[in-house]
Amino acid sequence: MAQRKSSRLPENTAAADTPSTASTASAAKLFEYAPAPESRAIVKINPSYDLFIGGELVPATGGALKTVNPATEEVLAEVGVASAADVDRAVAAARTAYDRVWSRMPGSERAKYLFRIARIVQERSRELAVLESIDNGKPIRETRDVDLPLVAAHFFHYAGWADKLSYAGYGPDPKPLGVAAQVIPWNFPLLMLAWKIAPALACGNTVVLKPAETTPLTALAFAEICRQADLPPGVVNIVTGAGETGAALVGHPDVDKVAFTGSTEVGRGIARAVAGSRKKVTLELGGKAANIVFDDAPIDQAVEGVIDSIFFNQGQVCCAGSRLLVQESIEPELMDALRRRMETLRVGDPLDKNTDVGAINSAAQLARITELTEAGEAEGAERWSPACELPSTGYWFAPTVFTNVSATHRIAREEIFGPVLSVLTFRTPEEAVAKANNTPYGLSAGIWTEKGSRMLAIAKKLRAGVVWANTFNKFDPSSPFGGYRESGYGREGGAHGLEAYLDV
Amino acid sequence: MSDKTGADSKAKTTVAKKAAAKTVTAKKTATKNPAAKKTAAKKTAAAQGSPREASVAAAVPAVSGAAAGKGTAKRAVTTASTETSAPTAAPPTSADASASNGSTTTASVPAESNATAVETQSAERPSTRTRLAVRKTYKLYIGGAFPRSESGRSYEVTSAQGAFVANAALASRKDARDAVRAARSAFSGWSGATAYNRGQILYRIAEMLEGRREQFADEVSAAEGVTRDSALAQADAAIDRWVWYAGWSDKISQVRGTVNPVAGPYWNVSSPEPTGVVAVFAPERPSLFGLVSVLAPVIVSGNTAVVVAPGPTALPAITLAEVLATSDLPGGVINILTGRIAELGMPLASHLDVDALDLSGVTDPELATELERAGAQNLKRLRRPEPEPDWTADPGLDRIVSFMETKTVWHPVGV
Amino acid sequence: MDPAGTHHVPDRLDLRAATGNEAALRGFLHGLPGVDKVGAEARVARLGTRSIKTTAKGFALDLAIRMIDLTTLEGADTPGKVRSLAAKARRPDPSDPTCPSVAAVCVYPDLVEVAKHELRGTAIKVASVATAFPSGRSSLEVKLAETRMAVAAGADEIDMVIDRGAFLAGHYGAVFEQIVAVKGACGDAHLKVILETGELVTYDNVRRASWLAMLAGADFIKTSTGKVSPAATLPVSLVMLEAVRDFRAASGRMVGFKPAGGIRTAKDAIKHLVAVNETCGPDWLDPQWFRFGASSLLNDLLMQRQKQAAGYYSGPNYVTVD
Repeated sequence: MAQRKSSRLPENTAAADTPSTASTASAAKLFEYAPAPESRAIVKINPSYDLFIGGELVPATGGALKTVNPATEEVLAEVGVASAADVDRAVAAARTAYDRVWSRMPGSERAKYLFRIARIVQERSRELAVLESIDNGKPIRETRDVDLPLVAAHFFHYAGWADKLSYAGYGPDPKPLGVAAQVIPWNFPLLMLAWKIAPALACGNTVVLKPAETTPLTALAFAEICRQADLPPGVVNIVTGAGETGAALVGHPDVDKVAFTGSTEVGRGIARAVAGSRKKVTLELGGKAANIVFDDAPIDQAVEGVIDSIFFNQGQVCCAGSRLLVQESIEPELMDALRRRMETLRVGDPLDKNTDVGAINSAAQLARITELTEAGEAEGAERWSPACELPSTGYWFAPTVFTNVSATHRIAREEIFGPVLSVLTFRTPEEAVAKANNTPYGLSAGIWTEKGSRMLAIAKKLRAGVVWANTFNKFDPSSPFGGYRESGYGREGGAHGLEAYLDV
Repeated sequence: MSDKTGADSKAKTTVAKKAAAKTVTAKKTATKNPAAKKTAAKKTAAAQGSPREASVAAAVPAVSGAAAGKGTAKRAVTTASTETSAPTAAPPTSADASASNGSTTTASVPAESNATAVETQSAERPSTRTRLAVRKTYKLYIGGAFPRSESGRSYEVTSAQGAFVANAALASRKDARDAVRAARSAFSGWSGATAYNRGQILYRIAEMLEGRREQFADEVSAAEGVTRDSALAQADAAIDRWVWYAGWSDKISQVRGTVNPVAGPYWNVSSPEPTGVVAVFAPERPSLFGLVSVLAPVIVSGNTAVVVAPGPTALPAITLAEVLATSDLPGGVINILTGRIAELGMPLASHLDVDALDLSGVTDPELATELERAGAQNLKRLRRPEPEPDWTADPGLDRIVSFMETKTVWHPVGV
Repeated sequence: MDPAGTHHVPDRLDLRAATGNEAALRGFLHGLPGVDKVGAEARVARLGTRSIKTTAKGFALDLAIRMIDLTTLEGADTPGKVRSLAAKARRPDPSDPTCPSVAAVCVYPDLVEVAKHELRGTAIKVASVATAFPSGRSSLEVKLAETRMAVAAGADEIDMVIDRGAFLAGHYGAVFEQIVAVKGACGDAHLKVILETGELVTYDNVRRASWLAMLAGADFIKTSTGKVSPAATLPVSLVMLEAVRDFRAASGRMVGFKPAGGIRTAKDAIKHLVAVNETCGPDWLDPQWFRFGASSLLNDLLMQRQKQAAGYYSGPNYVTVD
């Protein structure tokens, strides 16, 4: 296999231990990429953070938790843990803002606030991208080129809806719901925040949002942006904390709407908790997407698509193409190409602009990925990773592919949420569809074929909310996103995404 | 006329054991006690408040001319008539009648109940002075066929005044399980049919409904104790609403589908698709109009349904099933279980192969909460019951869209 | 032991004499008691009214799973398909490690090697069909070569088909000799003899063919190839269970039984187990003496098992498609 490369410390390190970026294969031996770190200087991280309630920074009364840079295990800051009383205060602030200000404001005025926010996000986009990378562990290339542009785009798109709700197909004068409780995950912290806050505000609701406990920093930066935009106090409230804070928020009696993105297990608990109440709920949960490659696929692009589907964001994506379903007749050829391509993946310092695969978000997540991959080996699947030197500190997992996977294997059923691909085979299009749909999930799917009629026929049969054909992991604020079955209900994006925040 | 009375008692006993009697009928038999019969008949007629019944007096046998004008021969079929064959008129109607939870076991089934599964509606003819009407047996409607409950149980449907109307099948959780299986099997065909085809079938259902307008009015009247005019109005409203929904099948995609202008060289289309198998709990009132209002929007988009028709709604519900069976609707698309929501709710709400729940007919808020919680196991899509629904209001698209999924497809654009 | 107690062996069951020549064999087989169709079907209907609930049901479901010969016999079979099936055989329910594995995997001879490889280290057997399955229409040399090929590739069990044409033409000796020859080619592998009861049609024929196969040395008698309908109906199974019971009583040798084809639901499977229990007795309630030849049965058993554990009905998305 490829020879190990010795690690080299990058220059201009702002922090104590910056992991090196080790190239994964012999291919890079002649032309070594020098470290190309994005500067941390653009970001200022405070030692501690309060909650953002009613337009003010308010100390939390439920304790504090530390957020860590997963690439180095360095403690970045302490953020407050919102107690039930803090949550109550936040909901009250949101209610007051709703009753007195936001629900009375014409859509065209709300729109202008959202446009301001979108603009400020664009202005501060580099800073936010670096901050996100440091707090989450994902590569700067992704936060810079994917996350942040989409964040701004979401605010732009929904700013434009705020005064056009009567055209959206929900009746001549649809009303907002009131106060929305929003709980978001750690995999795309600022983007998930945008997906939640932009439509909610556009429709006239006020929000209390809780970012994930391991990735609070960009949400807190967003609080600052709200102040910079002069957003009326209480329209957006940010309460940091962990599971208990989330439960208090979702369970609060004065909340009209609950929106959650996260695991199916927690989503199920939320659906139970709101039973019998008047709260409207939307859930965006887990997935185990099938990425189907037919024998007439454009092989090189398909390989790119597969790589992107499972290694983008270290595979920590609900819609990841975690099951590759390859037509049996081309499996050897595709796998060779895939392994060859995996050897060019660069794992390492998230702030290095050449890094392809960053750090796993937390020790807990790393443990889960490890457990499932060990199960995969025990079940009899064949495991392979390119040779890859992983830094000694931080949470790292090498890109991994399992072949010889069968439908009953745990690694074919359970969401791993890491850079681990399970490869299964099929013989006919019917079999591909049956296997792809044979899961309690239904979030996304991929199809690779050059034959148009086949693409359309398969897309029609796949029970998934998003179908990517000859592409993967594409997102846009105008494009509705959400799942079938246990991947949740409701859609985010486009006109469809307004429904969640209107009283219809 | 003891033998006739005897025959009546036997017939009634048979009825009480869920025999194959098809229609509820007034006994036209002469009795030993015409006076008692006439009185009973008159009381019933009065209770019904239906001038129509009273007018069919002429058919009553062995009744004096004077009495005939006031007595009542109940029209055959579905009016809430009693066994006015009097002395024994009391039994099913009195004690047991009030509790409409007559849970009778299947005794050795009398010969006449070895009827074929799909029983065609007999002619709605009033009993004449010499002819006993053939009563309809109300069975379940599963997979396009009319089976009895596997539990063998039935319950009494009584009129608002407590008079015996019919024995309806009391569906069990195993019937629910079978219904879900039938609905699942029918899903790929129904959702795979063209929208046009579904619309045509729904329109045909409306045609069949129209043909049975009077029968429905009879049953609604019996089930709810409302006047015939009111029942007819309800039947008309139900038919019209069904026609309205039929027209939506090939328009939902246009109204709820979108072409999304993504920022890149991709073709991107979102379109609505049916969710799958929906368990629908129909409201008790209005018995026909409510049923139609919850059912049509579910299936027009391609979903298949398991409907729980509670208590007295069994009557119009099973007659609706007969309409469905004669309308080119594939078996399994709609399945109707008559019985108790309290009993059938949990097996359906917890069933992992049910995709969505319409709790409109669940009047007990605690039960509704429990069912919602059970449904959370596999993240069922859900409609909560409304406290005071106005069924006559414009339904809009909401009930259709609640049971649809949006699928978004991306494809690169390039040569 | 025979649940009926001591079993008087009538003179007609002198088995050595029976197989002496064609005439003797014919005489023997035609001398077996006939089967009354209506009576047999009524017995089956009565057995079907047994109510198997709670712990008994749980026991029956697990036993049924352990008795499955998980089968794929399609022209379109590929190594990938066999691998997938083998994985399922080992671990049928991905969400429940307490679920037992199946008894065996059954494939065509050219895929035995793949199956053996995938199942190494487990107790799951590899069964192979052979002898020009399913029709059986070929020469004896071809049939024996195929058998040897499967055995050489590692098959633990061979499922052969009898020559139905010869049987129905009354050439019992030819059928008998073919079975003996195939048994010889099996070496250490166990031989299951498929009667293809759907083509034999009458219960009388089923009884005769069962005895014929057992006399010729079958380790198991099996109802069907699964390619012809009707396959393993309960009355047919009843007749064959009676045959294995009577054969043991007459010869002291125990022969196994495998119904195959048409058993799709847990309910069907449990009815079979009840029939076994009350016909030939609990000695046969073991994967060593009883197998279900099935593919879709397994998923229904798993869903029933899930329901037993969870209390609510499961659905097809909670079991796998292989």
